[in-house]
Amino acid sequence: MRITQGCFSFLPDLTDAQITAQVEYCLSKGWAIGVEFTHDPHPRNTYWEMWGNPMFDLKDAKGVMMELEVCRKANEGAYIRFNAFDSTRGFETVVMSFIVNRPADEPSIHMLRTEVDGRSIRYSHDVRG
Amino acid sequence: MEGQAPKTVDLLAEFESSGARGVLEELDRDLIGLKPVKDRIRETAALLLVERARKSLGLAHETPTLHMSFTGNPGTGKTTVALKMAGLLHRLGYVRKGHLVSVTRDDLVGQYIGHTAPKTKEVLKKAMGGVLFIDEAYYLYRPDNERDYGQEAIEILLQVMENMRDDLVVILAGYADRMESFFQSNPGFRSRIAHHIEFPDYADEELLRIVKHMLAAQNYTLSAEAEAAFTGYIRLRRTQPHFANARSIRNAFDRARLRQANRLFQEAKGALNAAALSRIEAVDISASRVFQGGLLAERKAKETTK
Repeated sequence: MRITQGCFSFLPDLTDAQITAQVEYCLSKGWAIGVEFTHDPHPRNTYWEMWGNPMFDLKDAKGVMMELEVCRKANEGAYIRFNAFDSTRGFETVVMSFIVNRPADEPSIHMLRTEVDGRSIRYSHDVRG
Repeated sequence: MEGQAPKTVDLLAEFESSGARGVLEELDRDLIGLKPVKDRIRETAALLLVERARKSLGLAHETPTLHMSFTGNPGTGKTTVALKMAGLLHRLGYVRKGHLVSVTRDDLVGQYIGHTAPKTKEVLKKAMGGVLFIDEAYYLYRPDNERDYGQEAIEILLQVMENMRDDLVVILAGYADRMESFFQSNPGFRSRIAHHIEFPDYADEELLRIVKHMLAAQNYTLSAEAEAAFTGYIRLRRTQPHFANARSIRNAFDRARLRQANRLFQEAKGALNAAALSRIEAVDISASRVFQGGLLAERKAKETTK
């Protein structure tokens, strides 16, 4: 099942040239790019592993793409995303996030309904390989 | 398919439209002297322009090696020229962004094991799409300490210089003799650098022109006697230790401004006009310690050795 989180996730996977173009856009806005990865795409897993520090003061997308290359090699079959951080006072937050790498075989998310307190229903989700 | 490749190319038109002419003219106008450097840059620009034209005609093309080394004494304009070079390479389309990242050993080499590689990579990432200027590059290599982390930085640099020629141009700079021995002990660098550019020392007359250039830029004028005094200053300063060409002269100019301000303040009797505020007199220059044979400590050292 295709995991849909962040920008562009309903589109076909971005090619490296398209990712580069998106990163160029982020850098032109003065945003810092952080690379993060995880093997657990559960929607409640908000905090993915950081791949190094967010990259401030870059001028060219190549620097980010180099990190992506290394991260892909080190974490085969992981989900990898880019977070663009806007440090402008008043924002100071992630303003754009998109997935740049996903495993060939994606896990599915399974929903479990539990009846509690009579007829009430509790929902929970888990990721299944 | 894209449009047909053009059959001919007009080099002069390319020269104009790329903005390379602008950069070269700026170089001629803003930098005094340095004739051999300017000639080399013009040659390099011509080569790059022709390469670009060849590419547009579809002739076999590989990005030429653009890494350079700038050698010369302190204050001969290496950093300034590197900045112009970055602009030139950008206009000609050989680097994508055309910014200059200027670093020294401290920015590349860490203090502990495992500290150097991330530091060097960090700098390289910032320099991507532009020019990486490594000042006093020979400090990277410390032959007396074989466990020095500089070697690690050198290896990463060499690898990037070879594999990412499209993304980054590296300029190594430093004093001629020490760069020579640096290249001797790191032959990998020499073979990866195509352009060795030597910066000559400035002649006395060129230094005087540089001063006038600085004065004009900051709206100061030299009186005729002050100009004579400055000529004498340059001649004397050259023979004293730690002479750093244009940088020494700029410092001398800054001190002259200080003395001028002090003099104006002490003799202030009433309203001063703009001309008085911007004129540097001979006394502002002749008060320099250079005319008494340098700094006190240096004079003493000389006397004891006699």
